[in-house]
Amino acid sequence: MESKRIDYRIIYQIIKPNSRVLDLGCGDGELLSFLVKEKKVKAQGIELNEAAIYKCVEKGLSVFHGNIETGLSGYPDNAFDYVILNQSMQEVKNPERVLEESLRIGKKVIVGFPNFAYFTARVRIFFKGQVPITSSLPYQWYSTPNLHFLSISDFDNFCKRKKIKVLSKYHLWKNYLIKLCPNLCALNAIYLIKK
Amino acid sequence: MKDKGIGIVETKYFTFAEPGQELVLASGQRLGPITLAYETYGRLNKKKDNAILILHALSGDAHAAGFNQGDKKPGWWDNMIGPGRAFNTDKYFIVCSNVLGGCKGSTGPSSINPKTDKPYGLDFPIITISDMVNAQKKLMDYLGIKKLLSVTGGSMGGMQTLQWFKSYPWFLSSAIPIATALKHSPQQIAFDEVGRQAIMADPDWQKGDYYNKVKPERGLAVARMMGHITYMSDVSMEKKFSRRMKNKNYSYTFKTDFEVEGYLQYKGDSFVKRFDPNSYLYITKAMDYFDLSGKKLVAGADGNETRFMVIGFKSDWLYPLYQSREIVNQLKYRRVGVTYCEIPSTYGHDAFLLEVDEQTHLIKHFLSSVYRNEKDGK
Repeated sequence: MESKRIDYRIIYQIIKPNSRVLDLGCGDGELLSFLVKEKKVKAQGIELNEAAIYKCVEKGLSVFHGNIETGLSGYPDNAFDYVILNQSMQEVKNPERVLEESLRIGKKVIVGFPNFAYFTARVRIFFKGQVPITSSLPYQWYSTPNLHFLSISDFDNFCKRKKIKVLSKYHLWKNYLIKLCPNLCALNAIYLIKK
Repeated sequence: MKDKGIGIVETKYFTFAEPGQELVLASGQRLGPITLAYETYGRLNKKKDNAILILHALSGDAHAAGFNQGDKKPGWWDNMIGPGRAFNTDKYFIVCSNVLGGCKGSTGPSSINPKTDKPYGLDFPIITISDMVNAQKKLMDYLGIKKLLSVTGGSMGGMQTLQWFKSYPWFLSSAIPIATALKHSPQQIAFDEVGRQAIMADPDWQKGDYYNKVKPERGLAVARMMGHITYMSDVSMEKKFSRRMKNKNYSYTFKTDFEVEGYLQYKGDSFVKRFDPNSYLYITKAMDYFDLSGKKLVAGADGNETRFMVIGFKSDWLYPLYQSREIVNQLKYRRVGVTYCEIPSTYGHDAFLLEVDEQTHLIKHFLSSVYRNEKDGK
């Protein structure tokens, strides 16, 4: 896996060969097509953006044109070995439902999200009194696709409350994996979870 | 390099279901002999793994591409079929046949009934989409095709595509149903019924026994005019006609004032020259009977690996997008690849004949990926 994106490299490592993978918000299909080529996975993507759909088809991927909520419904339980929700959970209307559905149709779910409690975000709110803009949350309030903002600690609490098993966690700062004070120091997090 | 298309093509005929081997129809009746008119483009390769079956809609025929000798207009999907086109004839072997019940060379109500030596008329048995597909399967066997790289078609062609998957799932590497549905909704049945009533209300129809007499042209023209409205969209009609007038002022009579009126009349009149009214009755009935809803499409297709590409058009109100999504939802139970794309066209249902660039892009890449996988033995 030669992708410049560390999140892709981590997800790539998690996924076992020959498994069934559903990528929710698969974009132009870069990750999925790597997984198909290198790990021989059976891949299915869901993507809203029309131009991205064409890119996926060019790569020979199976992709559903629509939003994540419509795309998820209809799959039987445990239809996939992995459901990927990388950087898309915070953009859906109802993340709780999407996560529940993902855990129903996927044996394991990989969730990647930007950490709202990153220290420069805290500094910006505290000293400037402004909505945080960081490299993982790069948007202005008026044009952001993100509908929900959460921290690593919020997601931990969510998993505890919902009795979701966390199999592994990865905390990222730019292109590095970090261990120390993740809720303060990580820009992004990737979780591997199951029911 | 200039895209030349296929050039001159010839319609061929295949006859089967001779006495004693008649085709058993969904209704239980037997029919034979049956002739199917068909055309082929490109070459079947040695491994016979590059064949694609194209299925036509209500008013279509076997002549999908190229020019028949002396014709000024090419086949009905010519912009999609040819060297370098979506269905690339340099690479694939393309077959298109006129449906059973049709009137463009295949056996239908206007054909001679061997028992009476007269045209069948209403003695022709009611046929279904699955009967059409069973007849096409005989043609595939005759052509020596063991497995199709793909089946595809829009509207009723899409229904046949779905029926192919239901009837012969092992025979397909992929399927591309376009602007179609698992079943006709009451609205779709209603439009068909109005068309049929228009034909049957024509005094020349004579309970279907009008051959060698006067053809019920007015009824068929009205049916076609109404059909045409359902194939367009509000937006496409506004663009094409707006309220433009044939002459500058209102005539204050019931003569044709608006361009849209003249257009529909022209379409109706040209249709009656090429189509048999009884075929219109039989084929619309077949569409209304079609129903693969409620998991019927995928029942028995466990472990089947046929790849699907489902295409719908946003402004298609005759076969709305929710019907395309219903197809996809059924296919999800199989858990194997489905590609679904909603093309933002304003042409309405006709978009499957007109949105060439988008469909070409999708279909071309989809087919090469299926073909590649087949070659790799996946």
